[in-house]
Amino acid sequence: MARFIIRRLLQMVGVVFVLSLLLFFWLRSLPGGTVSAILGERATPETRAALTKALGLDQPIWVQYGKFLGRAVRGDFGASTKVLPGADAFDIFLTRFPATVELSFFALLIAVVLAIPLGYLSARRANSPLDSGLVIVSLVGVAVPVFFLAFLLKYQLAVEHNVFPVSGRQDNLNCTRVTNFFVLDGLLTRELDCSVSALKHLVLPSVALATIPFAVIYRITRASVLEVLGEDYVRTAESKGLTARVIRGRHVLRNALLPVVTTIGLQTGGLLAGAVLTEKVFNWGGIGNALADAFQFRDYSVLQVLILAAAGIYVIINLLVDISYAVIDPRVRTR
Amino acid sequence: MTATATTPRTHRHGDEPLLSVRDLRVTFTRQGEEPFTAVDGVSFDVRPGQTVGLVGESGCGKSVTSLAIMGLLPTRGNRVEGTATFDGTDLLRLSGSDMRDRRGRDIAMIFQDPLSSLNPVVPVGRQVTEVLERHRGMSRKAATPLARDLLQRVGIPDPDRRLKDYPHQMSGGMRQRALIAMALACAPRLLIADEPTTALDVTIQAQILSLLKELVQDTGTALVMITHDLGVVAGLCDEVNVLYGGRIVERGERHELFAEPRHPYTNGLLASIPRLDSERAPLTPIPGSVSDNLPWTSACAFAPRCSQPVEVCTRQTPALEESAGRALRCFNPVEVTR
Repeated sequence: MARFIIRRLLQMVGVVFVLSLLLFFWLRSLPGGTVSAILGERATPETRAALTKALGLDQPIWVQYGKFLGRAVRGDFGASTKVLPGADAFDIFLTRFPATVELSFFALLIAVVLAIPLGYLSARRANSPLDSGLVIVSLVGVAVPVFFLAFLLKYQLAVEHNVFPVSGRQDNLNCTRVTNFFVLDGLLTRELDCSVSALKHLVLPSVALATIPFAVIYRITRASVLEVLGEDYVRTAESKGLTARVIRGRHVLRNALLPVVTTIGLQTGGLLAGAVLTEKVFNWGGIGNALADAFQFRDYSVLQVLILAAAGIYVIINLLVDISYAVIDPRVRTR
Repeated sequence: MTATATTPRTHRHGDEPLLSVRDLRVTFTRQGEEPFTAVDGVSFDVRPGQTVGLVGESGCGKSVTSLAIMGLLPTRGNRVEGTATFDGTDLLRLSGSDMRDRRGRDIAMIFQDPLSSLNPVVPVGRQVTEVLERHRGMSRKAATPLARDLLQRVGIPDPDRRLKDYPHQMSGGMRQRALIAMALACAPRLLIADEPTTALDVTIQAQILSLLKELVQDTGTALVMITHDLGVVAGLCDEVNVLYGGRIVERGERHELFAEPRHPYTNGLLASIPRLDSERAPLTPIPGSVSDNLPWTSACAFAPRCSQPVEVCTRQTPALEESAGRALRCFNPVEVTR
């Protein structure tokens, strides 16, 4: 098991390295450029040349990449050119990224906690009114655009009825920052009101973001449980007179969860994309706005660090999926 | 009809039946489809320590019979009528939770395909101990040495190591032994084996059958053996019920039935067994398939495939007539030659 994890971690380093290479060249092959974005269209050729030289953009691209890589392994991703001019790109990552991860985490939590039990229930009562109703709800969940649902929730529950806060991540409570995961920070520093405030702000955006993963995980769970319920070993378990609880947990769900785990891993990618839209609606201080701005103004440093981080998260989650696969299914372990 | 040569019916076992099935009828009712009667008035007894065979080809209702007795048919889409009295209680009238208490404790079952019948993600030992935990109220820790002994008893070598094995790490024969160990865990009084050797190769089949025979003799467990294989019946069963189209067409003590099959179907089944010790003619299969069946309500279902039908067979339902320990449902039985 340990060897398996180490091998996968090494693979992960390779993936991130290749991605950094692709990303670096791909970004620089786009039309427009950092210099135009900073100086505007009417700058003189002299000032343009001076800025190009100052940013090191006049050097051959391989040299630029080499320098970038050399600095990046030491944690230096360069300075922002436009999003927060002069600020360290890694610092922008450190303040913005936890916001997105926190939002995505809670969205995924809501999705999984609802989807798996409901998927099981649906399969157990296949074709009942409850099942049909849930299937329809899940279809609607996939069909409604995230930003539209986000806007609807915000308008109904925050603007019209003052149930949840309209926007932002937390009320202004002078909270101490440790990790920039606000709920966690509140728990670490025992400023519980900070955690509560952060949770209140999380409700609407994470519900909006959870709908699509909920719908997908629910459908996969339902289909998977339906299949497992027809398996011979479930009948064997019944023939032993085991309690419904043991049959459900040990014999049905343990087998049915394999495809569900894979789906959860795949959904995290979509979750990060959906988070960008949701953040816009709720003015969430995550990577959403930063990514959009950085892209528009060709802020290479910020783009590189954020995209690489998102890719890293995705790879880590898929590693976790593989590990949980091996934990659940002994047949994977022996391979 | 020629008089049947019979020996007086004697029972090596107690006369009180342990399981008494009467008029069992299972009808599958699906929305938008004609109801289908898979088991159509089946009655038989199993006495303590006795081994009773239910024999017939695919679709004759033998597996449905066993699932109905075990209460393992799906909760919706079927109707079960009749009685199955086990130790004075009608199993078919028991509540779900009362039946759950008996399954695995008083009555256990062994299934056909040992690979698909075992949970692939749970160690085999755990699949044995969970029965003991459930019915004996044991802790997992206390149940483990018992599970080890059970594995040893069914002939699994190195049982300590095998406890931790997953089904995919075992051979087919070993998996079937493990399933038998699970079924025997609580020393049930009745064991139902549904084609326990079909998925195994021939040498393993023989091993499993002799194991079952030995266990039944040692423990006094009554056994209902469901099979399409008369070879299995010959080696194991005291009494044989031959099913066709959901009804019993012939019943008899094993030696009598094999020596003098009276129903053309039984006769056909015996004639279609390949023999290694004879240079005689090739196999004689029974022509047609179950899809040629006539409805029992106004004919003999077997008539279209019968080797010796008479005119009345397609007009009237033959009744199951019992005499001297044998039962037969036929208008024109096979002549006894010896």
